[in-house]
Amino acid sequence: MNIHKQVTTTALLLMLFAVIGAALVGITYDSTYETIQYNEQQALLRQLNNIVPASNYDNDLLADTMELAADQNLGTTEPSTAYRAKKQGKNVAVIFSAIAPNGYNGSIHLLVGVNHDGSLAGVRVVKHRETPGLGDAIEAQRSDWILAFTGKSLSSPNSKQWKVKRDGGTFDQFTGATITPRAVVKAVHSALLYFEANKQKLFNDACDEKAGEHVPGSDTNETAADKS
Amino acid sequence: MTTEQQTIVKNGLWTNNVALVQLLGLCPLLAVTSSVVNGLGLGLATMITLVLSNSFVSIIRHWTRPEVRIPIFVLIIASIVTAIELAMNAWFHELFLVLGIFIPLIVTNCSIIARAESFASRNRVIDSALDGLMMGLGFLLVLVVLGGLRELIGRGTLFANADLMFGPVAKGLEFSIGADYSGFLLAVLPPGAFIGLGLLIAIKNSIERRRSKQTVRVSAPVKPAEATAQ
Repeated sequence: MNIHKQVTTTALLLMLFAVIGAALVGITYDSTYETIQYNEQQALLRQLNNIVPASNYDNDLLADTMELAADQNLGTTEPSTAYRAKKQGKNVAVIFSAIAPNGYNGSIHLLVGVNHDGSLAGVRVVKHRETPGLGDAIEAQRSDWILAFTGKSLSSPNSKQWKVKRDGGTFDQFTGATITPRAVVKAVHSALLYFEANKQKLFNDACDEKAGEHVPGSDTNETAADKS
Repeated sequence: MTTEQQTIVKNGLWTNNVALVQLLGLCPLLAVTSSVVNGLGLGLATMITLVLSNSFVSIIRHWTRPEVRIPIFVLIIASIVTAIELAMNAWFHELFLVLGIFIPLIVTNCSIIARAESFASRNRVIDSALDGLMMGLGFLLVLVVLGGLRELIGRGTLFANADLMFGPVAKGLEFSIGADYSGFLLAVLPPGAFIGLGLLIAIKNSIERRRSKQTVRVSAPVKPAEATAQ
């Protein structure tokens, strides 16, 4: 009998502390939830504004989104989100994620912004594991290497020049790190190819978002993208 | 402050320092100390955890049962750390992003459960809180010094990104030894952390040894046990 009582009290004791612990976490979660949501949105918006400045658009960038299916040219294996910037109803740019799978130390996650005319609004690195002090110069805070993409497009430079200088292209590499910039340049180039193939879909779907209809021609674009 | 409390302070900061003597919590210590601000952020989070967990464990010390005390301590520590993680995510979002996985990993910092088990479960609340504060402060100081060393040698800056923690006011705190300093990569990489920590331990030991020699000289008949008591 006695041992039963002992086991029961011990179990109840454990349960009591589990409840207290869960309550503590629950209360904190509840009271920080909104702030955390707000922070995450602001952090995302800041990143997007680095690529397309807030003065260049007047729509709610975080609300005007579309889902992009996983695509080889984007390097994505899961659906990702594209953000559309508009001013007075006119398309300005679209920002989407691209992944460079062949960094020195795993994949490099990028945000690529492309203007309506097909030129790059900007590229930023979101996540990477490149060597500190060498490969991390792709971060905008560490060097302005990544800013060199701004204004470039598929036609300037031409596709043969979309390489680092060591490979005969136009983009600088850094001392001690060629693999990292090579991977980023290639990923940005592929992202532009993706944009070229899906341009209509990227911009036009916005108008038909509610109706859920496809714009004529967008289907053919999709097949074109699949082939490329 | 009683003599007992003085011993607690001295223990935490020096003679029984978590990082330099107990060598606990080395994983986060070595991983995040690439800059002062990172070290300070993790140090503060660890210190708050230690104070809270020590106080809480001490409050409930008469109500736990010996056979389930460890699961209960783990529950308490895990809840506190999760709460701190959420709070940091809410109010120090940028710093939270930098420290990333190492905030939840405070749970696995052995020093926290070690203090709960060996000190807080046997002592008064006030002493336990003080012990947590001092152990945490000792850990924090090592994190900051190591972070400072690595940042200064590795990147040539100090207090870079201080605004992540103290707001835009702290931007002016950043100190740089000149833009033409190309940096010393080894200090930023993990081996630099090991070397740095090794040097700090060596410095502490040499200070200790010098001190104990002096005590022996000043008061010759002191038992040798005192010098080796730590």
